[in-house]
Amino acid sequence: MTAVRLDRLTKLYGATAAVDDVTLEAREGELLVLLGPSGCGKTTTLRLVAGFVEATSGTIRLGGRDVTREPPYRRSIGLVFQNYALFPHLTVFENVAFGLRRRRVAEAEIGARVRRALGLVRLDGFEGRLPRQLSGGQQQRVAIARAVVIEPDVLLLDEPLSNLDAKLRHDVRLELRRLQKALSITAIMVTHDQDEAMAVGDRLAVMGSGRIQQVGTPAELYRSPANRFVASFVGRANFLDASPAPGGFVLASGLALASEHASASAGTVMIRPEAVEVAAEPRPGPNQFPATVDAAAFLGASWDLELALDGGERLMATVPAARAGTEDWSSGRRVFVRVDPAAAVGIPGSERPATPAHHEETPR
Amino acid sequence: MVWGSGFRERLGRFAFRTAAALGLGLVLLPLVLVAWLSFFSNEILSLPPEGYSLRWYGAALAQPQFIGGLWTSAAVALLATAVGLLVTLPASFVLTRRAFPGREAVVQLLMSPLVVPAIVIGSALYMAFVEFEVMTEMPLTGSVAGLALGHALLTIPWGLRLLTANLAGLNPAIEEAALSLGARPVVAVAKVTLPLIWPGVVAAALFSFVVSFGNLEVSLFLVAPGQTTLPIAILQYLQWKIDPTIAAVSVVQILVVAAGLLLTDRLVGLGRVV
Repeated sequence: MTAVRLDRLTKLYGATAAVDDVTLEAREGELLVLLGPSGCGKTTTLRLVAGFVEATSGTIRLGGRDVTREPPYRRSIGLVFQNYALFPHLTVFENVAFGLRRRRVAEAEIGARVRRALGLVRLDGFEGRLPRQLSGGQQQRVAIARAVVIEPDVLLLDEPLSNLDAKLRHDVRLELRRLQKALSITAIMVTHDQDEAMAVGDRLAVMGSGRIQQVGTPAELYRSPANRFVASFVGRANFLDASPAPGGFVLASGLALASEHASASAGTVMIRPEAVEVAAEPRPGPNQFPATVDAAAFLGASWDLELALDGGERLMATVPAARAGTEDWSSGRRVFVRVDPAAAVGIPGSERPATPAHHEETPR
Repeated sequence: MVWGSGFRERLGRFAFRTAAALGLGLVLLPLVLVAWLSFFSNEILSLPPEGYSLRWYGAALAQPQFIGGLWTSAAVALLATAVGLLVTLPASFVLTRRAFPGREAVVQLLMSPLVVPAIVIGSALYMAFVEFEVMTEMPLTGSVAGLALGHALLTIPWGLRLLTANLAGLNPAIEEAALSLGARPVVAVAKVTLPLIWPGVVAAALFSFVVSFGNLEVSLFLVAPGQTTLPIAILQYLQWKIDPTIAAVSVVQILVVAAGLLLTDRLVGLGRVV
């Protein structure tokens, strides 16, 4: 069953489309992440679902109900903000109870539900505190409890971890994931942080220029990105200019690259850094190229290498330290590079996110 | 803050403290002088005083225009404060939340009582009120209602500035959170926004009260015999006599305002308000 369904949703500001013909669904109990750079329309999309922004066209359905023209307070949403947005004049208990009081839940039930929600975020005993007496991480957990206690149709998370420091962000991220699964609540989270997106999301929707660029599981997006925009936003990648050839591609320098993912429309070959194998001696197999190490950095678990192929192409490579053995890569060293034909993925050449054919791309 | 101990640093500290003390003294001196004078026993002011007494307080209490003026002023100030807030509260919400054509013009209009000389406002109001009376035969000039309406005008710039500053400083996400949790806009304002800007509301009320309570220029045109405010009563008394009765009345006036300040401090803490 679909919990949230956006159908051809568009939001225009003047002539600029902040959200452009977005069709997207979040399935019951899944955590869908809207991922993209700032200005890509992900936050506007979330605010459309919440009801703080009015759609220019298209429809929004929550649990099968068309809420496109409903104000936020009639939508049954739980909202978690980047800056927590707790009510500073109310205690933790009253913050969490706020939504229940608006729903005229009986006093005895409010007490029980608030305590259960605070227990879920491990803040038992904090009922009487004021928000300013809590740390940032604790405040965000109160905000999460406040949002889920009303059992909303959908939980909306707007960059919920961005204000937390790195260590805490990791903890709250796990906490959020655990909670969302435990409650099997449908959630949509907005973030610009790809690690965060991949760590918590069941599925990711990558947005750019107001449009959905691709939707899929983290693995799907990583392995077969629809375009260069998605590929560069999900993980690191090498992009080589290429033209299609039988069985693969021909690189700009003239090198032939065998690929299992060749396509006639591809103008670029994407190779993930960890798919670039580096060895001191040539080994049998296809896609073997001599190269020079330009820069090498030892990161403990792996080596980060910058390589120049003899043809001129440049490649980033991540070599696991275990596989490199005691090899000491240093710049200037001659090596042999091998690329698995399965790891060379042809994608459309444009670096910019795809825009619809029916109107001009708007500057932003 | 750590203070240095070099000669120049000590000199700087001395200069800073001297300037602060001078400024404070300049503000307090008239108040202290008035309070001192009110206890002189001699009728004609002279230094040093012949002795001290409370007779001028007795004399002030014996003059009905002072007692009546005090009550009229208090009633007018309270009413003007209420009317002013009825205008500035909704106005500040609209002005901070909505962008609309002519927004700047509305701000300037509401702030204009601060720019237009009060004496001009007073005479203009008087003429308008007289025209109104001619048309409706309802007496406005010389009534508490008329005075309060005139004073409300003067309170609006103060209320508007304080309330918009408070509202603008509010995290908009907090109100959105309330809406997302099912609160209708009215409920969100009552349960969340108003409690959060409450210090600003109290400050606006306090300033409005003080502005109205001490006003002379606008009242000058709107009072009637037997229905006069305290500052007008003081002015009228001064035209005939100059004895420490006036000082005693002024001390009472200062105490009323001081009581308002102390009350505010008790309710919300003055430091949070201004």
